[in-house]
Amino acid sequence: MEKKIRIDNGKLAFVDEVYIVADNIVTNLGFTSEENFDQVLSGYTGIKLLEDEQMAPEPFYASVIGREALYNRFSLIGNPDRYTRFEQLVLCSVHDALQGTNLNVADKRVLFVLSTTKGNVEQLGESGSLSSENKRPYLWQSGEIIKSFLRLHNDTLVVSNACVSGLVAILTGARLIRAGLFDHAIVTGADVLSEFIYSGFSSFKSLSQGPCRPFDKSRDGLSLGEGAGTVILSSRPDLNPKGEPIHVGRGFSSNDANHISGPSRNGEGLYIAIQHALRHFRGKVDHISAHGTATPYNDEMEAIAISRSGLQDVPVNSLKGCWGHTLGAAGIIESVAALHSIRKGMLPGTKGFQESGVSHPVHVIAETRTEKISNCLKIASGFGGCNAAIMFYR
Amino acid sequence: MKELIENLKNEIIESLNLEDVTPDQIEADTPLFVEGLGLDSIDALELIVLLEKKYGLKIDTAEEGKRILYSVRTIAENIIRSRNP
Amino acid sequence: MKESLHISNYCLIRNSHLITGQDHFFAGKETAFPDFIKETYRHFNIGYPKFFKMDNLSKLGFLAAELLLKDRDLNLDYGKDGTGIILANASASLDTDRIYQASIADRSNYFPSPSVFVYTLPNIVMGEISIRHKLFGENAFFIKQTFDPVFMVEYVKHLFENQIVACCITGWVEMDSERYEAVLFLVEKTGPLNNGIAIFDVRNVDDIYCLKL
Repeated sequence: MEKKIRIDNGKLAFVDEVYIVADNIVTNLGFTSEENFDQVLSGYTGIKLLEDEQMAPEPFYASVIGREALYNRFSLIGNPDRYTRFEQLVLCSVHDALQGTNLNVADKRVLFVLSTTKGNVEQLGESGSLSSENKRPYLWQSGEIIKSFLRLHNDTLVVSNACVSGLVAILTGARLIRAGLFDHAIVTGADVLSEFIYSGFSSFKSLSQGPCRPFDKSRDGLSLGEGAGTVILSSRPDLNPKGEPIHVGRGFSSNDANHISGPSRNGEGLYIAIQHALRHFRGKVDHISAHGTATPYNDEMEAIAISRSGLQDVPVNSLKGCWGHTLGAAGIIESVAALHSIRKGMLPGTKGFQESGVSHPVHVIAETRTEKISNCLKIASGFGGCNAAIMFYR
Repeated sequence: MKELIENLKNEIIESLNLEDVTPDQIEADTPLFVEGLGLDSIDALELIVLLEKKYGLKIDTAEEGKRILYSVRTIAENIIRSRNP
Repeated sequence: MKESLHISNYCLIRNSHLITGQDHFFAGKETAFPDFIKETYRHFNIGYPKFFKMDNLSKLGFLAAELLLKDRDLNLDYGKDGTGIILANASASLDTDRIYQASIADRSNYFPSPSVFVYTLPNIVMGEISIRHKLFGENAFFIKQTFDPVFMVEYVKHLFENQIVACCITGWVEMDSERYEAVLFLVEKTGPLNNGIAIFDVRNVDDIYCLKL
């Protein structure tokens, strides 16, 4: 394979390598990656019993960001009355991630990739807004709003691929850089919790009675969450002079070809995605960041795919017990947590996990521990039979 | 009972979009899932919604679901039982 | 030297008409989408009862894929994970989102439907196509304001060059209230003998998309 070459300030550079040079997480555990990661290491969770009659007829467990907190945070960078909560989340996340990098976002070599499942769908709930004349819920419109706020040169690329959106967005950004089309990609994933999402998961009987318990014997469903995450990808590792750049490996997103809502029983789709992600990676996998939604079928399917891949002894965690399932943001938020695990040599435990409840042995870690790792395999699965896997490494 | 069974057949066909199925093709005792009508997990969830909406019959656990949603007859029996507890 | 990629077939659906690169043509009598798509399904004797459970977006993409892949077995030709599906549209699943939102608007009659909710994701159409044709390969769904042949061609070429796909179903499947259109391309390194319709490039893709129906 011929390598694409580019010249930077007189120096020769290969475009084959893509790095994460900056990142952010916004959830109700904090507005920066550091705040979030510290809280997670300390065993805190953002999941609480929520009483919100507008959202749900009965109380339920979820991780949501206080309206006022987000409003106040956003008012530092823009007028919160002009932007929806979804847009505020995205922009807060990007704005923080950009701090400390010397990236000129208006450059034509910068691409913005937005990952979301439902974007501004709650705008449909406003009276009279079901008409197609109401443009706010269109995801390309969210892309336009971001473009104009950040004064980007290029149109935003939106990925909407159910719960693997975040990983597909990272994969896409990295591929477009490798293809030589861009030098940098800001990849942000976000979803807000709404009546739309709550009622749907509830009708699917997917919600847990208490805070979710990934891979546990008594797991009974997922906890919903909301948040945003950002990774800034670049072919230039020196873009952020302070942080240690992490490599983005090649990855894959596959399909189960089995059922539009039920995960495959033999984990075939996820197994295929893992095989492709590892095809280009030499060395042993140190850590797996699982999707681990805590629904009986998802975790079982993941355990099968991990075990079939011969990775049953690799320490696995799921962080859904900390932030809930943040849908289009999850893949990015959890990837950011993985980067911080690599940098800090700390593996967060799986909140909610006590005793294994999957049929295939996997090494789920319950408690946070110190462990030097140099890479992480991130996996995810979602409705529509989609799966994705990607390697991050030093 | 007979009328209820006929009504249920029509409602099942309509709510599950079984376009090419006619009521007389559904036997009251044929299993609805897998081998019989070949319904799947989403159909089961949709049937639960239908039965609650139309007949006030609540199905709370998966075990209960399996038992009640076995065939059109088991659904009808449970509706009648729920009306005369 | 890079091998060129071919459009070995295409399927275009718009204004109650369907056309493929292998001369399948159907002019529907029905103008409303749900009637037209059902009529098309019957015309081509598809025989897949699950079709009737799908939402409009999935019906549109599924049917376009049926005609695109008529008499082909990609699983046999490229292995289970050799074929990718890369789709895009402008309205994501908003057409079904509106139906679902209307169903939860009234709390006194609050029965959210799981079979509607599951279709409130645009990538479900790729799931339906994957299930039907047993395809386990690369999947991605993008949202763009308008059909963007430049992005599509660049991205799909990159997938081929990096051996992520050996074959690809790509295109635009848009469904928004009364407005709908689908154009799918089957992209391969070599088209079937005498059937390589055109080189897969921006101009040919755009020409096919702009065919008047």
